[in-house]
Amino acid sequence: MKAFVGLVCGLIFGAGLAMSGMTNTAVVLGFLDIAGPWNPTLGFVMAGAVLVSLVGFQIVLRMQRPVLNRRFTLPKSTLIDGRLLLGAAIFGIGWGIYGYCPGPAMAALGYLDHKTGIFVVMMLIGMALANKLTSR
Amino acid sequence: MTAYTIPIIGGLVIGLAAVILLLLLGKMAGISGIIWDAISAEPDNLWRWTFLIGLIIAPVAYHFISHVPYPAISALSGWHAAAGGLLVGFGVKLGSGCTSGHGVCGIGRLSPRSLVATLIFLGTGIGTVYLIRHVLPGYLS
Repeated sequence: MKAFVGLVCGLIFGAGLAMSGMTNTAVVLGFLDIAGPWNPTLGFVMAGAVLVSLVGFQIVLRMQRPVLNRRFTLPKSTLIDGRLLLGAAIFGIGWGIYGYCPGPAMAALGYLDHKTGIFVVMMLIGMALANKLTSR
Repeated sequence: MTAYTIPIIGGLVIGLAAVILLLLLGKMAGISGIIWDAISAEPDNLWRWTFLIGLIIAPVAYHFISHVPYPAISALSGWHAAAGGLLVGFGVKLGSGCTSGHGVCGIGRLSPRSLVATLIFLGTGIGTVYLIRHVLPGYLS
């Protein structure tokens, strides 16, 4: 049942990404390029997604537990430390170089462009490197 | 209908997926976290793999059903993809989240940490594109 919920949520999430144009690197880079012919699409997408999560999460998190699990698994850290700032900064640089963040990159794999494959493989290597660095 | 109607609906749909995942499984729809936990053999992991399968299938199905063509292939080189991917992977693991984890879910649950992270990666993303397109000419060609 959990696996089915995962599949359905992945399908909905991926459909949202494709509808919103986020699987198109040109749309993403057009948003980040504030000095060029600015494309505000990503801003509208983000606003729509955050609107739903803001309202939905406040309602859901008042429940004792999720419907199909024993407890909510929420990030424990509230620390705004160097690791968070540096990680977010490096992520943003990579995002600006190619125009994909992890969700859209995964979602675009089905288009079978080999450069998306390169991006995802290198992303996994980057994750493993950071994990190695921080788990010492 | 404006040019932004479909993207706004797409954004609402993304938020909806995050809310359903939290409601039913109590999990955050942070894609970098789901990817990492899927490959690092967390217990009770099958839902992460099916989520990723759905994530990959859905766009293909969407374009097929809607007759909206696939997005044009990026004009950037494989080297850009490699460098971008490496930095994205390293950064999201170090900073514990990406656009979905910090941006959609973190802000959704009113986490100051996630709001700060989101502002930072938006800032460095904008700065990077500015450098590449407007300060270092010829880089894209």
